[in-house]
Amino acid sequence: MNRRYYFCFAAALSLSCACASSAQTATDYAITHAKVFTLAGPPIEDGTVLVHDGKISAVGSAINIPAGAQLIDAKGLQVYPGLFDPVTQMGLSEISAVRSTVDTTETGSFNPDLVAATAILPSSAHIPVTRAAGITEVVAAPASGGFDSGGESNLVGGQASAIHLAGWSIEDMAINKRAAMVIGWPAIETRTFDFTTFSIKEKPFADVKKEYDKQVNQLADYLEQARHYAQAMQSSTNNFQRDTKLEALAPVVRGEMPVLVFADDQRQIRDAVDFCDKQKLKMILAGASQAWKVKDLLRSKSVPVILGPTLAAPSEEDNPYDRLLTQPEELRAAGIKFAFGSFDNSFARRLGQQAANAVAHGLAYEEGLKAVTLYPAQIFGLDKELGTLEAGKIANFIVTNGDPLEVTTEVRYLFIKGQLISTDNKQKALYEKYLNRPKPAR
Amino acid sequence: MNVRKLIAWLALPFALVNSASAAPNKSAADRSGLDAPAPVILIRNATILTVSHGTIDKGDILIKDGKIAAVGSNVKAPSDAQVVDATGQFVSPGIIDCHSHIAVDGSVNEGSVSVSSMVNIADVIDSDDISIFRDLAGGVTTANILHGSANAIGGQTVVIKLRWGQPAAKLPFEGALPGIKFALGENPKRSNFRVPGGADRYPATRMGVEETIRSAFTEARDYKKAWDEYNKRVAGGEKNVIPPRRDLKLDPLVEVLEGKRYVHAHCYREDEILMLLRVAKEFGFHVQTLQHVLEGYKVADEIAAAGTGASTFSDWWAYKVEAYDAIPYNAALMTKRGVVVSVNSDDAAEATHLNQEAAKSMLYGGLTHDEALKLVTLNPAIQLGIDKRVGSIDVGKDADLAIYNRDPLSAYAVVEKTLIDGRVYFDRVKDISGRAALEKEKKDLLGKAAKKPEPEKKPDEKKTGEKKPEEKKPEAKKPEDMPKPPQADAGGVQ
Repeated sequence: MNRRYYFCFAAALSLSCACASSAQTATDYAITHAKVFTLAGPPIEDGTVLVHDGKISAVGSAINIPAGAQLIDAKGLQVYPGLFDPVTQMGLSEISAVRSTVDTTETGSFNPDLVAATAILPSSAHIPVTRAAGITEVVAAPASGGFDSGGESNLVGGQASAIHLAGWSIEDMAINKRAAMVIGWPAIETRTFDFTTFSIKEKPFADVKKEYDKQVNQLADYLEQARHYAQAMQSSTNNFQRDTKLEALAPVVRGEMPVLVFADDQRQIRDAVDFCDKQKLKMILAGASQAWKVKDLLRSKSVPVILGPTLAAPSEEDNPYDRLLTQPEELRAAGIKFAFGSFDNSFARRLGQQAANAVAHGLAYEEGLKAVTLYPAQIFGLDKELGTLEAGKIANFIVTNGDPLEVTTEVRYLFIKGQLISTDNKQKALYEKYLNRPKPAR
Repeated sequence: MNVRKLIAWLALPFALVNSASAAPNKSAADRSGLDAPAPVILIRNATILTVSHGTIDKGDILIKDGKIAAVGSNVKAPSDAQVVDATGQFVSPGIIDCHSHIAVDGSVNEGSVSVSSMVNIADVIDSDDISIFRDLAGGVTTANILHGSANAIGGQTVVIKLRWGQPAAKLPFEGALPGIKFALGENPKRSNFRVPGGADRYPATRMGVEETIRSAFTEARDYKKAWDEYNKRVAGGEKNVIPPRRDLKLDPLVEVLEGKRYVHAHCYREDEILMLLRVAKEFGFHVQTLQHVLEGYKVADEIAAAGTGASTFSDWWAYKVEAYDAIPYNAALMTKRGVVVSVNSDDAAEATHLNQEAAKSMLYGGLTHDEALKLVTLNPAIQLGIDKRVGSIDVGKDADLAIYNRDPLSAYAVVEKTLIDGRVYFDRVKDISGRAALEKEKKDLLGKAAKKPEPEKKPDEKKTGEKKPEEKKPEAKKPEDMPKPPQADAGGVQ
């Protein structure tokens, strides 16, 4: 116990060191005698991970430890890449019921110029709580949920940002501020909840379908405008009126920035995939509770999928009770790349649990592990820097006392950008405070 | 907070629509046999997590007349016993969910008044709710079905067994004391639920919540006195005594005062927890459980001293201000301070993995394996006053069991069978093997419907094979526990 507290203290110190001044040389580390799950090859028994200048400098079994490196004897412990949660509102929402603390969703239907990184609060209490569960990086996605969406359809919600879960400022944290453009695919709903009258509104199917088609057409028109705009930008004339929204869409229509499309039911998914195919957009599907119904399409168009919270009820009453838990293996067998996402802040720490439940329902263990590490990195094009333990990658990894997907496993050490980061957080502090509360006088 | 909230909230108004479609796993054939006498069953060669007296490796359980007849090694069974080979499997007492809103037809909140003790959840039990089956498949055998939390004093509540396939009248747990929902804090003061254009409702502060409860019990005390007086005079042989006027709002509160009805009080903050314990002391009633009680760890000694149980979440937090100091160590810390603690779901999907949620208390706060498993078995049984019947694997108790493929305190554990009263109500192998036939039946029905000559008018009745249009996808949005549902529902559950 003492030993652990010592390390907590050391970790807190090193955090301040790491961030206090970038001019200071970063500490080198050597994690030794661990079982190392690189996810780039078979696990290494009695392995060593070397960290230099924020990067992994070596991984292996018989490695010389450079002088001056801080040693962490991890005998009996295991090393894994840090977990990667690909859809969250991290830093954008603190207390979801309190509007003043929520910056997830802007008003209006088209907001491509908004960037999540702008509103991410580096000191959010969610960040240390989340990383205590072994999550080292996330994508914070605007308009991906949140209480304040007000029922307004946000067709283009803004740009999602990939961030490390440590840093004094967003500049320390940013991996890619413009990781993807969020699109909320419209839904056909004959019954909706009306917030102005607080009642359920019913509309004829034909009307709703018309509305749906209108929204899809609007989106197509908008992208068409963006395409013309992008052409104008490339021509040297400079003879066009600047438009920040269309400018933000230029990398999307050029196929450089992926679109993160939120869609769940099969018709939504099918329409979204066809749409992105015709528009030549790089699509990532998010949510996808009925992806199993459109497997062939997803595979043929090579659309990667970020599965929404899988510890949830199946979307249809007559689905098998374990529909969301067996779907991951079904998608894998169909050759579809997928990752798990929490789509949340306070439940982000259940990311590993989601993967474990899929493993319990047929997914191979290593696939489950990769679906919360390597695959999300691949989906966002970050796998050259993250996702596995290989020399040259950013040193985001965890040292645990067991399987990181299991609910009872403890994260002993956590590294982000090569620095030992504390797993202390608000909740642990409250626990320790009240654990020591004296018996009240009677 | 999450998606599952949304599911709970949005699903309720649509419950009627959905229940019209065919539910799986409940064909007429499955229903038959439930009236026949419970079979004699021998579960053989399992790891038995008794919860009350340790773990038995390679043990047997004999079930007769719906009760546990023997537990141990090499149990002798009659020759006609059905043998369940559970080699390599783990048997746990059935999971008991101390806070559930499944099987409720329509809204869980009568939110129009601050004291809604006249309404009763038992009157609106929907035995066709698919959540019953899904929770059963998660090992849940008993659930405490609560009214919502829109009112300082809410509706009456009922404990049910998840006897999927039985009519609503057969679901209530025989002999379990009924309850009543109280609620403190943000929900009854409607911090997050203002109805646009609607008038503010008293109470709007935690002070007002206390006074709402105090004045209701002041009334109830006088009402009880009037009835006691009347009964005394009648018993004394007096004729033509005029009885007091029946008051359906006060009757259940009198039962609370007489210890005939349990108080299950939704609460979050430390101050409101102590407030309720003081009010209960003043009026001489007992608070059976504090529900959610996310700041219970701050006043655990006071809760323990009051002999009150605490039923909490594993790791939910930050969905509202009063949940911002929630910690996943809550269950463990309260346990260590002597409180009887359970971990509940408040949500149909969360209930399907309560075993995993209980396991988290081994990581957060270091509970032992037995202590953690008690959080979802014996402890909620104690809290609901049904621990003589269920909650552990002991001779004489109801044969309510969950059989897992491995230790249930793991995210990898899967339920193989769930038994209630010695009957197998869920069998994973059987469920999976029956899916193809159900799928075919559905296709045939849809095919028949599509061939119908006359055009259908209502969009809801269209059987086009498309997804039901009203099924809004919760995954991408998350209205938290907040006010999505209509006015009567505005009040939240958790």
